[in-house]
Amino acid sequence: MSAMTFLNAVEPHLPILLIIVPLFGALMATFMRSGTVAWFISLVVSVLVALIAWKLLNTILSTGTPIIYKIGNWEAPIGIVYKVDQLSGFVLLVIAAIAAVMMPFARRSIAAEIKQRAQPWYYAMYLLCLAGLMGIVITGDAFNAFVFLEISSLATYVLIALGRHRRALLAAYQYLIMGTIGATLYVIGIGLLYVLTGTLNFDDIASRLGPALADPERRNAVMAALGFAFVGVSLKLALFPMHVWLPNAYTYAPSVATAFLAGTATKAAIYLLIRLLFTVFGVSISIETLPVPQVLIVLSIAAMFLASFSAVFENNAKRMLAYSSIAQVGYIMLGVGLACLPVLAATTDASPATTPNNGMTAGLVHIANHAIMKAALFLALGAVYYRIGSVLYKDIAGIGRTMPLTMLAFGIAGLGLMGTPGTAGFISKWYLALGAIDTGWYSIVFLIVASSLISLIYIGRITEVVWFREPSAAAAQAKEAPLSMLVPLWILALLTIYLGLDTRATVDVAAEAAKVLVGGIR
Amino acid sequence: MRLDLILRVGAKLVLPFILLFALYVQFHGDYGPGGGFQAGVIAAGMVILYAIIFGIRAAKQIAPPSIVEFMVPLGVLIYCGTGIVSLLLGYNYLDFTGFHPDFLRAHEWGILIVELGVLVTVSSTMIAMFYAFAQRGRR
Repeated sequence: MSAMTFLNAVEPHLPILLIIVPLFGALMATFMRSGTVAWFISLVVSVLVALIAWKLLNTILSTGTPIIYKIGNWEAPIGIVYKVDQLSGFVLLVIAAIAAVMMPFARRSIAAEIKQRAQPWYYAMYLLCLAGLMGIVITGDAFNAFVFLEISSLATYVLIALGRHRRALLAAYQYLIMGTIGATLYVIGIGLLYVLTGTLNFDDIASRLGPALADPERRNAVMAALGFAFVGVSLKLALFPMHVWLPNAYTYAPSVATAFLAGTATKAAIYLLIRLLFTVFGVSISIETLPVPQVLIVLSIAAMFLASFSAVFENNAKRMLAYSSIAQVGYIMLGVGLACLPVLAATTDASPATTPNNGMTAGLVHIANHAIMKAALFLALGAVYYRIGSVLYKDIAGIGRTMPLTMLAFGIAGLGLMGTPGTAGFISKWYLALGAIDTGWYSIVFLIVASSLISLIYIGRITEVVWFREPSAAAAQAKEAPLSMLVPLWILALLTIYLGLDTRATVDVAAEAAKVLVGGIR
Repeated sequence: MRLDLILRVGAKLVLPFILLFALYVQFHGDYGPGGGFQAGVIAAGMVILYAIIFGIRAAKQIAPPSIVEFMVPLGVLIYCGTGIVSLLLGYNYLDFTGFHPDFLRAHEWGILIVELGVLVTVSSTMIAMFYAFAQRGRR
């Protein structure tokens, strides 16, 4: 069989391969006794998954029709289907690409931070988590999404607990409790929807919710379902004030796990919330029955300010970035919230179906941009931890002199986080501001700029520490990070700049997805 | 002389029937109530009962921890592998049509194999969890 016929035979099965390749890889890794072999399996799997996701997104963008895969060949409402459209294809590629880029980094970092015996288990759990996250995004079935949510969460608890610090176990336990509550609330919401509509398929629920909503007796149940599912998923994506599990989890997890989770885990939950709000419930239902957009906007703005303030006063670099992650989730959700609101007629001359919604575009673009920037920042800290075994400000003081390349990449990603023009972060904030103007909430533009100034303070503070202070004893002894760590780090740092200059890869795809999501409803 | 004679003899009498019942639930699963999960729990219950009566050391001789740990991913592998075989036969993932010319028979076979994977993973996970708790503070 030639390569071409093989590829043609495989192509219709790509959606399922996206899940079973990492699942199979995880199983293989559990049978391994050597961390290096397990790492190699993970590397191959991650690259393969990224290629599959890239191929799927390309197919979607060229044909424009969603790819549907029927598990066990059962038709949609009865069986589980996987559905790849512009939105899920985009998020799939973001998650898979981040995972693949940081794999070369993982080998040395994991070898240094995790006990020999537990290393294959780390990679098994990482691959299981990857399979779960991809599953949340690709599935077209509400309960299947719950199962994948649990798969990724359970794997995440183990990843966090593998951290070197004693408190890692406590952090994992804290996340386990919060995560379980979130998943329970989500499943209650799904259960209500199932009672109301008799189906679990996202599209099918959406088409049957109308009659349920018209019936005054069942109307309350729809609202309850929306409330439960919204709060449950918000816990998972660390929407303020449901974020308390996140700082500890990110601080005490192994460095690579933190970078992976910060880049991907909350993003899959954000995708699920967008899917629920826009595809399942429909924006009009959310607006008419519950003030979902207003709640989203208020909480997002609170996250942007309060979490950023916490970041300013932190003395642990990883925890500082964790708080910044909560603030950045705020930016994404602000875009989603703005997308729920009607666009003012004055600013749009064309119909919504042809003009992409700027708020949604901003939210989706920032999913990608934040994943790249935050992964770069955490990888840089991972390299520092690898060399000096600490990320406390007093220990990393002056480390810029001994690890200039690492810290330069950190600085570039930091600039992106602030939203400096010429970096990816600026693009996100630009579209966010446009989205705010479109809906007539001009004050939000001011708040976006103001919160960016706070991020200037916390990034400025760590920059001052690493470049201008006298080197600490540990920092003076440190050596530049090895090449296997520098290459992934610099790929992400350069992407931060590249995506700030050439936005075809992110904004165009996100706008396409926003068009399908928001345009289809109004 | 040990005072738990009735328990020891009684348990030995009951053990084979527990396993037999587990297998009954397992093979009944494709048509009636039951299946791999329930059967796995019952089978693991046999080992756990044995461990409670005769001590964990004796239980580890009939179900060594290394084999138990190996069985946990093995069951998932059987499940996934079934799906991959159906892919190789040219059908969708977990579409068992290719297993037998007769559609119903094919699906019966497919479900049976998948349930076998569930049995392996569930029973070994239960035993592994029991070992982990029973060993606390002993090492």
